[in-house]
Amino acid sequence: MGAPLPAPAASRLFLSGNEAVARAVWEAGCKVAAAYPGTPSTEILEELAHYPDVYAEWSVNEKVSLEVALGASMMGARAFCAMKHVGLNVASDALMTMTVTGTAGGLVIAVADDVGMSSSQNEQDSRFWGRFAHLPVLEPADAQEAYAMTRVAFELAERHRCPVILRLTTRICHVKGRVEVGERVAVEPAGFTKDPRRWVMVPGNAKPRLPLMFEREAALAAEAETSELNPLFDGSDLSVGFVASGPAFMHVREAFPDAPVLKLGLSCPLPVHKIRAFAARVQHLVVVEETEPLVESELKAAGIACHGKDILPRLGELAPDVLRPAVARLFGGAAPAPAHVPAQQVFPRPPTMCVACPHLGVYYTLSQMRNLIISGDIGCYTLGAGHPWNALDTCISMGASMGMALGMDKGRGAADANKKVVAVIGDSTFLHMGMQGLLDITYNRGNVTVLLLDNRAVGMTGGQDNPATGRGIRGEPAPRVDFAMLCEALGVARERIRVVDPYQLPVLFKALREETKIEEPSVIITNRPCVLIDHYQPAKPYRVLEERCTGCGNCVDVGCPAIHVIRRETEVKPSGKEVALSFVRIETAACTGCGLCVQPCAPEAIVCAEAPQPVQFLRKQ
Amino acid sequence: MARHKTTNILVCGIGGQGVMTATEILAEAALSLGFDVKKTEVAGMSQRGGVVTSHLRFGERVLSPQIVPGEADLLVGFEAAETLRWAHMLRPGAVALMNVGRLVPPVVNIGLFDYPDDPVAEMRALGLTVHAFDASALALKLGDIRLGNTVMLGAMADRLPFPAEVLRQAVLARFASRKPQWVAVNREAFELGRRAVAEAALAGSTASW
Ligand code: SF4
Ligand code: SF4
Repeated sequence: MGAPLPAPAASRLFLSGNEAVARAVWEAGCKVAAAYPGTPSTEILEELAHYPDVYAEWSVNEKVSLEVALGASMMGARAFCAMKHVGLNVASDALMTMTVTGTAGGLVIAVADDVGMSSSQNEQDSRFWGRFAHLPVLEPADAQEAYAMTRVAFELAERHRCPVILRLTTRICHVKGRVEVGERVAVEPAGFTKDPRRWVMVPGNAKPRLPLMFEREAALAAEAETSELNPLFDGSDLSVGFVASGPAFMHVREAFPDAPVLKLGLSCPLPVHKIRAFAARVQHLVVVEETEPLVESELKAAGIACHGKDILPRLGELAPDVLRPAVARLFGGAAPAPAHVPAQQVFPRPPTMCVACPHLGVYYTLSQMRNLIISGDIGCYTLGAGHPWNALDTCISMGASMGMALGMDKGRGAADANKKVVAVIGDSTFLHMGMQGLLDITYNRGNVTVLLLDNRAVGMTGGQDNPATGRGIRGEPAPRVDFAMLCEALGVARERIRVVDPYQLPVLFKALREETKIEEPSVIITNRPCVLIDHYQPAKPYRVLEERCTGCGNCVDVGCPAIHVIRRETEVKPSGKEVALSFVRIETAACTGCGLCVQPCAPEAIVCAEAPQPVQFLRKQ
Repeated sequence: MARHKTTNILVCGIGGQGVMTATEILAEAALSLGFDVKKTEVAGMSQRGGVVTSHLRFGERVLSPQIVPGEADLLVGFEAAETLRWAHMLRPGAVALMNVGRLVPPVVNIGLFDYPDDPVAEMRALGLTVHAFDASALALKLGDIRLGNTVMLGAMADRLPFPAEVLRQAVLARFASRKPQWVAVNREAFELGRRAVAEAALAGSTASW
């Protein structure tokens, strides 16, 4: 998080790529910045919110954020939006027309690709959008370059009157390095010029603009040939020369300090002539890019022989230890790798839900029910797909749980006739893309029970605000959407909308059983905030009375990380059946006293750490 | 370690333990000496109890932010099994500083996987030099598990290519500006870590005779 006052010009700061981009956006005199949070891009807007003189917002989705930025650009203001790779797919509808209208004030789109897939549902190369939309793509290689290129991007955008894509990857966004920053320039919006033939994209107006788009692309290609963004680093060993973009450039320099490298900072459109001249000087040309062979294919199409994905991996991150052996194979040898002990096999440690997370109650309850098909969505609650709940059957993209649930209901055959279709979605995801799906469910009379998990945060990305939290990006009060009323407006019958406390398992269970029985759309809204935010108030912790614990393991099924199995035993029942027992302990220091695990414990072995208390009991179905 | 050489430090643990904060402070110390510094976290949904590693590289000029397996000069493990997980990152002859405190994940709890019986012994069996001590217990003794972070920083202090005092200052400066009431206890945590690792080193050397 940034300081209250931006650091003075010429300071050398230790910034992540995201922080560096934010600094540059502010310095460039940008007036409007918008985003929907998404790893690894989230911190850009978070950081921008700390700067004065920039309007910053969390938009409900990426398409809206891009539209907000375009609106500002039309006023002649400098505008910016940020998103993760899958977000650009959402925004692409607006993007593909924006490239035809062009822009007025400089508009920069930072798109962060999750190369290596740390927290995304796919790995995709957003540079394709540059080719698809005929827009320039800038690819910084570290935080300092992310800073510098962001400033350049605004100028390039204004020179060519089109959006510029700043393509980042996880290794830019989340890598910290030293960044020397500069001065803020004041840019006064030039004002709106009425020009319907430019801004109103009906066919008659759009057609004459298409040739202009290709003229612009040719001008950009010419600029790329001589641009300082595409520098040549000479090397003494001409046996292999590299063309590299983004952080791959740093890995190349690290692994092959003596090789010449043509670095592509402006990688779309390509400086084909410059690359051809470079190729002629080296014995082998190797293109190093993350992730798709984009540059490679374009070079081959231009008749320039090169290596790329024939020797390098097609997916995942590149790194010096990936490059060295790949290039060594080109010369028929094996690269000496540093000596090290073999990697050890240690249990996997997948991410898990937090201690006392309100979603625990939801997934525990779902896991106790039979005959459900559960359509899941993107957010913390996707972790319900993991152990011990195994309570999600699908997860595709933001908001998709709604439409998919309707499709499951309508598409089911006799085999699934008895199954109940449940869709699970978070508050922010629902507002992002879920609302339309729910409307489709009500309109088409889908038999779907929607669990709307309102934890008042975009939990997965660190608890950002949205229209359901009652706060704006700077923490200022904002109108708060009423989900019950919203769902009613979308066509759900009032009596089919329930608000329940996810810490009260019997209530939740009853609500789910009743609503899944009724053959019409229903919504169960849970109302407990994320434990990481919102002044979460922990209650008194619990502990386990060893003498009472029967080892049934019911509390373990709740999935709270504060519950630990201390001893396992096998019991042989009179019937001869073997039953595994797990005796537990509650880590009192971590327990927040939410009371979830207390409810399924039949022998009432879980008691307040201070004084024994009566507990409720939830019967299994 | 000479200045022209890049120093590679790998800090590992699980989300929520303060791995990133500790590495950040270490980075600040290196920056204050004028080194070029790069720091990166290796992915994982780190806030949710998953695996976290933080790579810190500093020297005259740092290019790639990632440490290659077999090139870490120091491995600092905030959790026992996690230290074992990253053992292969160490270069031959380098040292691992290891908290023997265990954090058992749900997949082990529900019986799907086993937690290693003795991660320290397994590390040593690989021929690695391990200075193991219970940083979690030391932190709890001082009243807060979160102090484990500073204990681990203290443990690193005498194994860096710059004076321990520089790191100590970076730790204390951070608290002085954010939580002044925490300065004294963190100073103590730092010294406890320093001493604990020195004792562990002594014990380790006798054991290997
Ligand atoms: S009461 Fe049970 S479920 Fe809730 S935080 Fe404590 S151990 Fe976890
Ligand atoms: S639910 Fe109760 S009896 Fe069963 S393992 Fe947990 S504490 Fe023991």
